[in-house]
Amino acid sequence: MTDLVNVALNAEGFMIDPNQWTKEIAEILARQEGIDVLTPEHWRIIDFCRTTGLASGKAPTLRQITVGTGISTKDLFALYPKGPAKKVAKIAGLGKPEGCV
Amino acid sequence: MKTFLILGAGTAGTMIARKMAAHLDANHWKVIVVDKNDRHYYQPGFLFLPFGYYKEDDVVKPIRNFIAKGVEYIQAEVDQLEPAQNRVTLANGRVINYDYLVVATGTDIHPEETEGLKNGGWHQNIFDFYTFDGAMAMAPAISDFKGGRLVVNVVENPIKCPVAPLEFLFLADAYFTRKGIRSKVDIVYATPLPGAFTKPVASSVLGKILEKKHINVEAEFNAGVVDASRNILASYDEREISYDLLVSIPLNKGASFLGAAGIGDELNHVRVDKQTLQSTQFENIWALGDAANIPASKAGAVIHFQMETAYKNILQHMAGQSLTHHFDGHALCYIETGFDKATLIDFDYTHQPFPGKYPLPGVGPFDLLGETTVNHWGKLAFRHIYYMMMRGIEVPLPTDFSMSGKKQILDQSPA
Repeated sequence: MTDLVNVALNAEGFMIDPNQWTKEIAEILARQEGIDVLTPEHWRIIDFCRTTGLASGKAPTLRQITVGTGISTKDLFALYPKGPAKKVAKIAGLGKPEGCV
Repeated sequence: MKTFLILGAGTAGTMIARKMAAHLDANHWKVIVVDKNDRHYYQPGFLFLPFGYYKEDDVVKPIRNFIAKGVEYIQAEVDQLEPAQNRVTLANGRVINYDYLVVATGTDIHPEETEGLKNGGWHQNIFDFYTFDGAMAMAPAISDFKGGRLVVNVVENPIKCPVAPLEFLFLADAYFTRKGIRSKVDIVYATPLPGAFTKPVASSVLGKILEKKHINVEAEFNAGVVDASRNILASYDEREISYDLLVSIPLNKGASFLGAAGIGDELNHVRVDKQTLQSTQFENIWALGDAANIPASKAGAVIHFQMETAYKNILQHMAGQSLTHHFDGHALCYIETGFDKATLIDFDYTHQPFPGKYPLPGVGPFDLLGETTVNHWGKLAFRHIYYMMMRGIEVPLPTDFSMSGKKQILDQSPA
């Protein structure tokens, strides 16, 4: 059983080093965000965010996730209630998404 | 003969057309600018139309007034861009083969992307002020408003001029106060952001102004559905806000032909290098102004600051040199705060807005992040400066961002 003792987090609970991330850490972070079980649909979004986030160095925005995965905003909110982009970024071990400037 | 093609004759297209006509040899280059409109809008003025402070003549001029000598202007819609073939087809069937292309088609509102926003209430008790038509249509609804809840909602970021929704709120507060009915008007700002603005120090300053004016902020509100039959705006997390008058800032997207051409991002804003403004996919394509996907504010002042670096980079590329001019993301925005006062923010890619003086450090006359009447005069004077700029009269504003004379405040909260 992994825990978060050795995982570096910033003040808002985002992982500082995305390379420290594991699937087990994701499950713990998800529980902290109120998501008890990560279903295959949850994972599809996490995998998308990991792939694009690591390539660009930035967590994807809500719009990038819906366009990139084909999952509707409504469904995304059902899977990750309240702020999906922020929540997925946190669970996927990425920084906070810069939705705006 | 080579062709330098510019799509869009708004702020960015007008400025780059003039720069290129001045720097390219007319014996070898033809500069063409295409726009679907024959009207040039002073877009920052749209904010004042609903309150009757500006009239149509203040914000609308013929495009031809601003097209530089030696530039061919074509009024037509773009049907298709084929970047691999260096070719643009216009809706009237004309085909233009270009050597260099500048995309300056801006960004536009898309109310149809939000469920229910255009069903029923649109231009009855739901309005936008990001289009001339929307701002004009709203004016009678504002002057006839007798009381109730006014909701201003940003659907999704990024948007053109991220401070304009705040200015609208401040002006509405002042308008209804002067009319003597402010106590009957509940003003609500529903925003997807966690606070008033995108940058922490400015967000805190502007948030305090909202509070002082009794404007209620509904933060982290992601608008999902509008139910016009019940006058309800609902978020994806099922919060409901009822409204009597809804002022919507709908989703902003670039022109659809850019998405079809494969050079746009998920919102059809052109993918460019944020410093050189060159397309990341085609080296003879640049995108300027709101059409580009750079992480800077979509605002006219940003275009002014971009122009110096952009045209020099294009000329360097033509000469086979490497691009040495880097845009720093500089933005400068006057923010109307109501009662003939305004504040001012100055920032770039790496520095958020801080308090200080502008443009002369320590002297001003303008106060950064302070609310003054002088700032308000600056805002009003800007319309005349804008038209001068569009006519090619140089305006002496420092292009590069500077931290000199500013008080750097350590972040209390992350960006």
